[in-house]
Amino acid sequence: MAIHLIGLGKAVFIWGLALMCVPILIWFERKGAAFIQDRVGPNRASILGVRLAGFIHNFSDVVKLLTKEMMVPAHTNRWYFTLAPFVGITVILFAFAVIPWADNFRFGRWDIPMQVTSLNGGILFILAITSLEVYGVVLAGWSSNNKFSLLGGLRSSAQMISYEVPLALSLIGVFMVFGTVQLGEIVTGQGNLLFGFLPKWGIFVQPLGFILFLTSVFAETNRNPFDLPEGESEIVAGYHTEYSGIRFALFYVGEYVAMVLGAAMVTTLFFGGWQIPYLPTARIISNAPMVLKVMLVVGAIVSLAAGAALVVYDKRLRGTWPKGDLRNQEGRILATLAFIVFVAHVVAIAYFWSIDIPDWGRATVALLAQVGAFVVKLLFFCWLFIWVRWTLPRFRYDQLMRLGWKTLLPLAFVNILITGMVLLLVDRAGS
Amino acid sequence: MVTIHHFMVLSALLFFIGVFGVLFRRNLIVIFMSIELMLNAVNLSFVTFARYTQSMDGHVVAFFVMALAAAEAAIGLAILVMIFRNRATVQADDLSLMRD
Amino acid sequence: MELVVFYTLAGFSVLGALLMVTRKSPLAGALALVVSMAAVAGLFAMLHAEFVFILQILLYAGAIMVLIIFTIMLLNLSPKELKERPVGKVRGLIIFAATVAGFLGFLRVLLLLPEGVPYVAPTFGNIEEVGALMLSSYMFPFEVISVLLLVAIVGVVVLAKKSI
Repeated sequence: MAIHLIGLGKAVFIWGLALMCVPILIWFERKGAAFIQDRVGPNRASILGVRLAGFIHNFSDVVKLLTKEMMVPAHTNRWYFTLAPFVGITVILFAFAVIPWADNFRFGRWDIPMQVTSLNGGILFILAITSLEVYGVVLAGWSSNNKFSLLGGLRSSAQMISYEVPLALSLIGVFMVFGTVQLGEIVTGQGNLLFGFLPKWGIFVQPLGFILFLTSVFAETNRNPFDLPEGESEIVAGYHTEYSGIRFALFYVGEYVAMVLGAAMVTTLFFGGWQIPYLPTARIISNAPMVLKVMLVVGAIVSLAAGAALVVYDKRLRGTWPKGDLRNQEGRILATLAFIVFVAHVVAIAYFWSIDIPDWGRATVALLAQVGAFVVKLLFFCWLFIWVRWTLPRFRYDQLMRLGWKTLLPLAFVNILITGMVLLLVDRAGS
Repeated sequence: MVTIHHFMVLSALLFFIGVFGVLFRRNLIVIFMSIELMLNAVNLSFVTFARYTQSMDGHVVAFFVMALAAAEAAIGLAILVMIFRNRATVQADDLSLMRD
Repeated sequence: MELVVFYTLAGFSVLGALLMVTRKSPLAGALALVVSMAAVAGLFAMLHAEFVFILQILLYAGAIMVLIIFTIMLLNLSPKELKERPVGKVRGLIIFAATVAGFLGFLRVLLLLPEGVPYVAPTFGNIEEVGALMLSSYMFPFEVISVLLLVAIVGVVVLAKKSI
């Protein structure tokens, strides 16, 4: 019974992580786009005057999408039209079952792997799930009874199935180096040191594979520079032109969840997943008090800096709104919150300064440190997706297909060849 | 307890539904999908025998059958599209050039 | 508990198959077949065939059925073109009877199989073992099937060209 509850808890955690990232990403997207395009970005939506620099827009978007009229085009099959976004979002959430977010939680009798399940197929499971993604797109394009949607849907699905091939082939190098397909073991294998000083991260042992994989993931998730199928200036909105209300919200969220999945895969395979460089789990557990203090000090510094920045922001804002308007107080409220967090950190440091941490406390510190590392890397890659989107222009469709079949595919084969040769030479030199 | 009989009856059922589809329906696409269903049923029986005789040969054969089905699907559908282009029909009854 | 899972998955696969052979619209049939294949994938997982389970989803549900659905959408048959010449009642009855007879005959042979569930090692159905088998006993079929896939690719490209 406990096993099932733990599994359920893990599933809730990883789904919560994936879905909580979505509003953060939507905010990143808008503010990041504004930052790159040298403008301010949305900052109007507010709750009682508190604006949070545009974060409230997520909630207002949700309210808008839920209350809009849900139209279904005429002369179309209503079942397929409704089915398409559900397929899109459901299938992509299954793939999070094999992503590891920390090392095994070892305490006393417990040894809980921090992965919802460790399938024997590992990454192949995620590849299988991404190949099921195509159904949502194809059904949406077909059932919209609209030439632009059909065109966008067919283009998008052709693009997705074309780029599945370099996606899978670029991973073969990773399998050859780490000797396994399972994600948990690949991340554990990235804890070793290469040449004595470099952590054996995927990017250092497979640089070409990383570039190929990153490009293919961009194409799989239909993100710029491969977003012709949903290009806003080309064919209206491609396969989700006719969707409104909740169905559109599901497509939208599904796209961001696919982005989080892509970022999670890149982190796990090429950037060490939850590994903190030079700090394997055993070392964290033996130095747990020190690690905890470092984490708390970093937290204190960050909250102090945030508080100081908010005080400056408040000074700039004070008095610019009419009297009695709550917006005058926004800076002050947020600065107070930041200082409360700072004080909490200082109190925690004082509390943990001299007491010894029990075993389960050490395991928890290791867990928190590794989850923190994973989330930081994940958010970095999501930011990379957004950065590339607003920097590069879009590929034309024939250029896109040519890139996939005539450039990435041969390069993937070359990668496999070189990896094989290097592994053979290293083996022969070692033995 | 699930025994070999459960799986084999299911596999036979799927296979014979596929046979019925090939014989009864006249639309070429449905005939093609029924053939895929039959291949699926055969895969299921291979894997069942592999499990109940504790040898993995059945899995390897199932893998080969799947690769074969993929190749067959590609070529079969290309031929189907060409037939549609030339004869403007996908009904098996209308492809009777060699009759009378 | 295992029986419940088995009957659910078996029910979905048979339901999908039946829907596929009875729907007039091939697209509905294709989607029903996808459901059936996903259920069969679940049955593979029940049989400890973890590699074949992933392959079923990756190849069958994810690639072959997508190809079939593409073709259906490309052909875009109108209801007039979908009208099938009705199979005569007599012929239909003969086909149905022959199918049922075949099924029952097969069941008769099935009863000769032994009962009992032998134990399988936890590493049964692993990718490593399938790979080892493929590169040792099944090396020749492995090479032949790669050549066959190459021939299929070249064949499809030739078939799809308007003029060679």
